[in-house]
Amino acid sequence: MSDSKYYLPEPSHWPLVGSIGLFVTTFGFAFALLNYNAPVEEGGGTIGNLMVMYIGMAIIAFMMFGWFGTVIRESEAGKYNAQVDTSFRMGMMWFIFSEVMFFAAFFGALFYIRQLSIPWLAGEGNNAMTNELLWPSFDGGWASDGKAMVSPNPEAYPTPKAVVGAWGIPLVNTILLIASSFTCTFAHHALKKDARSKMITWMIVTLALGFIFLGFQIYEYSHAINDLGLTLSSGTYGSTFYMLTGFHGAHVTIGAIMLTIMTLRMIKGHFTPKNHFAFEAAAWYWHFVDVVWVGLFIFVYVL
Amino acid sequence: MSDHHPTGIKRWLFTTNHKDIGTLYLWFSFTMLLVGGAMAMVIRAELYEPGMQLVEPNFFNMMTTMHGLIMVFGAIMPAMVGFANWQVPMMIGAPDMALPRMNNWSFWILPFAALMLVMPMFMGGDFMQGQGPAFGWTFYEPLSGQYNKLAFFIFAVHLLGFSSIMGSINIIATIFNMRAPGMTLMKMPLFVWTWLITAFLLIAVMPVLAGAVTMMLTDKYFGTSFFDAAGGGDPVLFQHVFWFFGHPEVYIMILPAFGIVSQIIPTFARKPLFGYASMVYATAAIAFLSFIVWAHHMFTVGMPVAGELYFMYATVMIAVPTAVKVFNWTATMWKGSMTFETPMLWAIGFVFMFTIGGFTGLMLGVAPTDFQYHDTYFVVAHFHYVLVTGALYGIIAGVYYWLPKWTGNMYSEGLGKLHFWLSTISVNVLFFPQHFVGLEGMPRRIPDYNPMFADWNAISSLGGFVFGASQILFLVIIIMTIRGGKKATDQVWEGAEGLEWTIPSPAPYHTFETAPEVK
Repeated sequence: MSDSKYYLPEPSHWPLVGSIGLFVTTFGFAFALLNYNAPVEEGGGTIGNLMVMYIGMAIIAFMMFGWFGTVIRESEAGKYNAQVDTSFRMGMMWFIFSEVMFFAAFFGALFYIRQLSIPWLAGEGNNAMTNELLWPSFDGGWASDGKAMVSPNPEAYPTPKAVVGAWGIPLVNTILLIASSFTCTFAHHALKKDARSKMITWMIVTLALGFIFLGFQIYEYSHAINDLGLTLSSGTYGSTFYMLTGFHGAHVTIGAIMLTIMTLRMIKGHFTPKNHFAFEAAAWYWHFVDVVWVGLFIFVYVL
Repeated sequence: MSDHHPTGIKRWLFTTNHKDIGTLYLWFSFTMLLVGGAMAMVIRAELYEPGMQLVEPNFFNMMTTMHGLIMVFGAIMPAMVGFANWQVPMMIGAPDMALPRMNNWSFWILPFAALMLVMPMFMGGDFMQGQGPAFGWTFYEPLSGQYNKLAFFIFAVHLLGFSSIMGSINIIATIFNMRAPGMTLMKMPLFVWTWLITAFLLIAVMPVLAGAVTMMLTDKYFGTSFFDAAGGGDPVLFQHVFWFFGHPEVYIMILPAFGIVSQIIPTFARKPLFGYASMVYATAAIAFLSFIVWAHHMFTVGMPVAGELYFMYATVMIAVPTAVKVFNWTATMWKGSMTFETPMLWAIGFVFMFTIGGFTGLMLGVAPTDFQYHDTYFVVAHFHYVLVTGALYGIIAGVYYWLPKWTGNMYSEGLGKLHFWLSTISVNVLFFPQHFVGLEGMPRRIPDYNPMFADWNAISSLGGFVFGASQILFLVIIIMTIRGGKKATDQVWEGAEGLEWTIPSPAPYHTFETAPEVK
C-alpha cells in the first residue's frame, strides 16, 4: 500500500496477445468444424485437425502467465493502494455474477425442457395431437420420475440403458465439495492470523478434495458413457446432464488451477494478513463453483 | 504518470488510456456504421422495385442478417462504450477507468470478433451467392442450425460477449469506485447513471446469449438436442433464451442515448434537468422491466393465453417510466432560454422520433394487434425509429456535443445543421412509409414483394439513399473538426455544467490525476 495515487499501468502488450490468442483458438476450432459438413467419404461428420486451436490456447496460456505475472510483481512491489484493491474486488464480483448468468441459461433450458417441452411432446394440455402425430409412444418419462428414460425419437437420439443415480458418487462429490469450501475458509482464517504452515496445509487439503471431486467426475463420465450408453446425444437428458455437469467440471478445473497457483504463491511467501486479494478472489470463485454444484445436485441428479 | 506514451501504431495497440481507447471504440463504430450502412443500401436498392434486380435471394438474406448484426454489435454498442470511455472518467472526476489494461482488451477483442463475423462471407463458393450468415440477426433455430459455417458466427458472438462483459465490469467498477470526493451517486450526471444501469444489463444478459449460442454449437456439432423436439427439446426454447438476452439488449442500446440526451437538453435550455431523481428511477425501472417482458417478441409462436396476457401487460407497463423520461425532457425545455445548436437539434429530433418509435412499440406490445403486425415491415419501421432516430441520433448528438472537448476545435455549425436536416427529412422518408406497407401486410426479410407495395418502397429507398449519403457528410465534418477550425473554449457551451467542462479543450491526455472536490 504505497501512496494514495491510483495506480495507472503503463501501456501493455498483453491484452493484444490475449486477443490474438482468442482469435487463433476460435478460428482453429471453427475451421476444424467446417470438416463436419463435408460429404462422409471426405471425412464429413467428424472434427478436423485441431492444431491451430491448440496453438491459440498456448498463446492464451502465455498471455495469462505474462499478464498475471506483471500484476503479481506490481502487487508485491506495493504499487496498489486500497482503491485499486477495491477495483479488483468489484471486477471479480461482477465477473462471478456473469458466470452465474451463464449457468442460469443452462438451468433455464433444463427447467423449460422438464416443465414444458417434454410434457407438451407427451401430449399434455392442448398437445394431444402433437403427441399422436409425432411420436405416440413417447410418455414424457424422465429419469427421476421412475418412468423409463426415452427420448421422443429414439432412432435420432438413442436411449441410454440407465441414468446416473444421485445417491452414489454425486452425493459423495457434494460432501467433498462442500467440505472443500470449509477447508478453503480455514486457510483464509489461518492466513489472517499469519499462521502460514497451517494455511498451506488447509490449502493442500482443499486442493486434494477438489481433485478427488474431479477424479470422481471423470470416473462417473466414463461409467455413464461406456456402461450406461449415456452420451450428449441421448436426448435432452443427456444434453442437459453433460452440458451442466461439464461446464461445472470445467469451472472446478479452473478454480483448482487458481487455488494451486495461490498455494504455490503462499509457499513462495506471498500474501500478508492484510493484503491477499488474489487468494480471496480464488476463494470466492471456489465458493461459487460449490454453490453451482449444490444446484446441480438438486436439479440434475435428485429431482 | 506523464503524458509520454508510445507513438504511432504502438500507442493505439498497447494503450491503457481511457481517451485513446474511447477514440478507438468510436472509430471502430463509425467504420462498422459505414459497412452496415452499405449493406442497407444494397437492401434498399433491391427493394426499390418489386422483382429480383440486383442480387440473389440468399445474398439479400445475408445482407439483412449482416446489416442487423453489424449495426447492433459493431456500430451502436461500441459507440456507446466509446462515449463511456471518454466521458465517464471525466464526468466523475476520475484519473482513468478502474482497470485500464482490461479496458484495452475489451476494445482489442472487437476487431477480431468483427473479422470472425464477416469472414464466412468470403469463404468458399461464389460471393454473390451469399456464403455468410443469412438467417436473420435473431438467428432462430432450426434455420440457423442448417448453416454450414455456423461455428464462425457462434465464436464471433462469444468474442463479442467477452468484450462487452469486460467493458461493463470496468464501467461499473469505475463508477462505484473512482468518483471524486463529494460526487455522491445522486449527484452523478445522468449519462453516468444510464451507463451504470446499462453495464449491469450487459453483465446479466451477455452470458445468457453465450449460453444460447453454445447450445446451438453443441446441437449442431456434438449431438445435443436442446432445440430439437426429436430429443425432447424445442426450437421455441431458443427464442426464449435469445429474447431473454434480446430484450434487455434493446435497452442496452437506448439507455446510454437517453443519458446523452439528458446531458444535452439542459445545456441548451439553460435549465437544470427537470426531475433528475425520477429520471434515475425511471431508468432503473426500465432496466428491471426489460428482464420480464422478453416473450412479447414471440406472441405468434403459440404460447398459452396466460403467457400472452402476462407478457402483454408487463410490456405496456414499460410505457410508464419511458413517458416519465419524455415528459421530463419536455419539461426541461419548457420556458428555457433555448438555442438550437447542432447537438440540441439532434437531441430534439431524438425526443420526437424516439417517441414515435415508442408508440409503435406499444401497438406491437398489445398481443391481439401484434398478431397482425408480427414479422411485417411495421416491425422494421418500429425498431428503426427507436434504433436509428433513437440510439443513432443520440450518438450523433453526443458526438457534436463533446467533439469540441475531445478535439479542441469547433465543428462547422452550418454543416452540422445541414447534416441534421438532410438526415431528419430523409430518415422519415425512409422509415415512415414502412409503417404503411407493414400495416398492409408486407413481410420483412424478403427480396421481392407484391406490386401493391411498390410506391411506398420506391419512396422509402430514395429516402434511404439520401440518408446514407448524409452520413458521408458526417464523416467529412468530423475530419474537418479534427484537423482544424475555431478554437473551443474550456466550457464550450454557455449553459454547459459538469466536471468535463472545467478542464481545457482539448482534454489533456491525463485528467483529474488529483481528484477535484465536488460540492
